[in-house]
Amino acid sequence: MKIGVVTFPGTLDDRDAARAVTAAGGQAIALWHNEADLKGVDAVILPGGFSYGDYLRCGAISRFSPVMEPIIAAALGGMPLLGICNGFQILAEAHLIPGALTRNHELHFLCRDQKLTIENIDTAWTSSFTKGEEILIPLKNGEGAYMCDDETLAMLEGEGRIIARYVGENPNGSRNLIAGITNERGNIVGLMPHPEHAIDSLTGPSADGLGFFTSVLKSLVSGSVK
Amino acid sequence: MAKIVVDVMLKPEILDPQGKAVAAALPRLGFTFAQDVRQGKRFEIEVAGDPTPAQLADVEKAAEMLLSNPVIENFTVRVEK
Repeated sequence: MKIGVVTFPGTLDDRDAARAVTAAGGQAIALWHNEADLKGVDAVILPGGFSYGDYLRCGAISRFSPVMEPIIAAALGGMPLLGICNGFQILAEAHLIPGALTRNHELHFLCRDQKLTIENIDTAWTSSFTKGEEILIPLKNGEGAYMCDDETLAMLEGEGRIIARYVGENPNGSRNLIAGITNERGNIVGLMPHPEHAIDSLTGPSADGLGFFTSVLKSLVSGSVK
Repeated sequence: MAKIVVDVMLKPEILDPQGKAVAAALPRLGFTFAQDVRQGKRFEIEVAGDPTPAQLADVEKAAEMLLSNPVIENFTVRVEK
């Protein structure tokens, strides 16, 4: 199974994302922001970093990159798409998921290991977990506060579309401790913390992050991606 | 040459931590006038001659698509001579 990992100018975590795909048993394919070519991949990861220097708003420029056109079309057709950190911001800017990511409420850039609970295991990216499972993966962001209006929040809660929540004190001011959400179909997931940095205990706080990458391979093999 | 100015502000209900930080810094400098501070962005777009209604309509469109994120921000467009 081929998983595309996009590199924008200013992307930082593309190599770790590709490494995580490989560790999960998939084939990582590098995709370039300036080429509207998905190279036959089965799923795509938008990794973290500071694409286009976070100019204007995080993800606002990247969202209009040539590569995003086929990605958006494929994701709307059901292709699994994971946005991590800056990738989550790009998904929000592209309106593929509701809401927006804004500056951390305490203004500080965060970089720490963070506990999360996995709340929805029915998405393409979370099926390897068990419902309610607690995981520990790095969180590093300056603009990670998830914001949306009350109506959207009630909809996300009501439809079980919050896939992961921060455990303990709210690290960045996200509404309802939201760390990650999914679209209605469950193929697109945005996640603020970084599972790709936690795929083995030698280099990460745990290997808990690997589950996101094994999930998508499992979903693709079983054809459970609608 | 005229200037089209687009001001982008966070919607009132969205927390503005930057504005809060500025509001907290002002009294430390002895300025006690501020009840609240909100921080936004200003875009100055230069066009040749007086902007046409079509250009202004395009600026509105660009402001909605790119210059602002309508989920969290409002914008205004005006012409400055």
